[in-house]
Amino acid sequence: MKLATKDLLRLATIGSVDDGKSTLIGRLLVDTRQLFDDQLDAVAAASEKRGIGDLDLSFVTDGLRAEREQGITIDVAYRYATTPTRKFIIADCPGHVRYTRNMATGASTADLALVVIDVASGLKEQTRRHLCIAALLGVRSIIVAVNKMDMVAWSDLAFQAVVDEIETLSRELGFSSTLAIPVSALLGDNVATDSPNTPWYDGPSVLEALEASEAGSWETAQGARLPIQWVLRQPGGGRTYAGMVSGEAFHVGDMVTLLPQNIETTIRAINFGGEPRLEATVGLAADFDLDDETDAGRGDLIATHPLPLVTKEFEATICWFGEKPFSANGQRLRLKHTTKSTPVRVQAIKGVINIESLSIDEATSLATNEIGLTTLLTSDALVVDDYREDRVTGSFVLIDEVTNATVAAGMIGHASFL
Amino acid sequence: MTTTLPAPHATDHLDVLESHALFILREVVAECERPVLLFSGGKDSAVLLHLAAKAFAPQQLPFPVLHIDTGQNFSEVLAFRDRAVEAAGARLIVASVQDSIDQGKVVDPGPLGSRNRLQTVTLLDAITDNTFDAAFGGARRDEDKARAKERILSFRDAFGQWDPRQQRPELWQLYQGKVNPGEHVRAFPLSDWTELDVWQYIGREKMDLPSIYFAHERDVVQRDGMWLAVGEFVEPGANEEVFTKTVRFRTVGDANCTGAVLSGAATIEAIIDEVAVANVSERGATRGDDKFSETAMEDRKREGYF
Repeated sequence: MKLATKDLLRLATIGSVDDGKSTLIGRLLVDTRQLFDDQLDAVAAASEKRGIGDLDLSFVTDGLRAEREQGITIDVAYRYATTPTRKFIIADCPGHVRYTRNMATGASTADLALVVIDVASGLKEQTRRHLCIAALLGVRSIIVAVNKMDMVAWSDLAFQAVVDEIETLSRELGFSSTLAIPVSALLGDNVATDSPNTPWYDGPSVLEALEASEAGSWETAQGARLPIQWVLRQPGGGRTYAGMVSGEAFHVGDMVTLLPQNIETTIRAINFGGEPRLEATVGLAADFDLDDETDAGRGDLIATHPLPLVTKEFEATICWFGEKPFSANGQRLRLKHTTKSTPVRVQAIKGVINIESLSIDEATSLATNEIGLTTLLTSDALVVDDYREDRVTGSFVLIDEVTNATVAAGMIGHASFL
Repeated sequence: MTTTLPAPHATDHLDVLESHALFILREVVAECERPVLLFSGGKDSAVLLHLAAKAFAPQQLPFPVLHIDTGQNFSEVLAFRDRAVEAAGARLIVASVQDSIDQGKVVDPGPLGSRNRLQTVTLLDAITDNTFDAAFGGARRDEDKARAKERILSFRDAFGQWDPRQQRPELWQLYQGKVNPGEHVRAFPLSDWTELDVWQYIGREKMDLPSIYFAHERDVVQRDGMWLAVGEFVEPGANEEVFTKTVRFRTVGDANCTGAVLSGAATIEAIIDEVAVANVSERGATRGDDKFSETAMEDRKREGYF
């Protein structure tokens, strides 16, 4: 029975439309035999039907009718791959500017971004936008597939020109590691196997780079956090508080503070699925029994020192996806942060990010797919950390009160490059 | 071979998937007014029910369980349904496709015709009649290319329709289940699980399952490239030869559109070994309902299918 312990690496493909993201993922899955025979047959049949050759590899992930008709990715496709020691969750994201919200969806849970750039066209504005969003979302490291190398006769000069551009941007955005690989997604060079066409390149293939990259969270967490999701009634009249741990682990006997009430107490017991545990590690959906009687409920937070901030007014970085502009007197919005929802008002817009220069330009509103800095005021107090310290207590979404649509991704504070 | 026990607090991919699913179950129950869990009696819905019991232990499930009964089920699956629902202490609601036929809402395809697509009408009616605003399903993204595109919380309009071009952004783990009256969300806590993950988890948790998942002898006919079990819903045609084979089922659907696979895997361990080296997908191997067209699943999902 195969029950080997595997770790989990979440990656997202990013880059501009038509640079070959879906084709690269298709190639990677086909060459590592992650596809079943019938799935491969279906891709071949669909390619033939549209008169586009034997096997359009982008059809491995572009599964919607409209995507295949238009030849572009509209929404994120999730694909899975396993090696003996690792499970990969691959989010193949759309490149088109119109679907930036879907790219952000795919990248928000990623540990690593696989950036695809057409060697002939270099860094486009949309690639810069994606890299900027990935950096804001906290993606730590990037692997850059410089694609379509077959179209430039495998020129190391052409490759180097793109590498120079990307390294400059990567440094500005603060990625901890950047690895560039010359590939042809169409032909498979340096994707799952080393290419004979790039004797001047002695680095890893995309597959080798993915296997070697670091999995897991990137936050510089200080303190353990449990946003309370649900109160469980225990036999005999007690209550436990259920939620998912972020930041650091909790242990039985830990001194904790319930926020925003600011009540100090101790963890008497930790359960998971009705069974006792001594420790609740990051990511565990646990429930806690506390020593003191409290009135804790959904939306409150259990924390260890250093404590998060309790506030109604804060600075945040916003990726705006709404169709109407984001402004101080715009639509009525609700904010969802951890397990708490509250009405929210825009106090001020400090500016919009200029994707080319990465500077902040003055602005009074944000258009669809623009990223800006703002000050928000909430009706109820929130318990927050800076996004760079805790991805869970540092993130929120904005919701249109009328349609219930999610219209923005928000991060408490701002990235160091801004 | 020696097996090393994992360190007491080591977390592997199954732990991550399990906690994520528990988190989703609790979030939806907290955000929505009237959730329901869709239960087919298959392995995925069995895992879902098991996870739901864990998420709310020691309390009872804070929502009922809904079975859409096509009237063409394997008897072993119905027996398992009743067993599992009782073990979980859940309240079972059965909505029947036969009722939808009797009410004239769908056309009876005849005693041997497939009722697979008719289920959508019965499902949407049950959601409307009970004013459910959230329905948990055991669908996984690795099953089909349209499912690979779907959000974990997937919005349905007042007609029960899915619009793959207008999905809500789903950032981080901030699941957003608010809907206006008449609309609902489908919630898929097993989105990131693969078939292999499901079997490994069933093995680890020593879960009960319908017996047809394990190798057994059965009379089968070969039809449309699949082995169909001869019985109440599948009668051998004049030119069809009946074979007695050792088979098992990789998925559980209606008896007349779910194929068996030739397999001697009689234990969970043997099934895990079989799934790990399979070269045909589970739906490709066993589901007639996906073979109608290139986008069969997308088309059914748009209409409101599971």
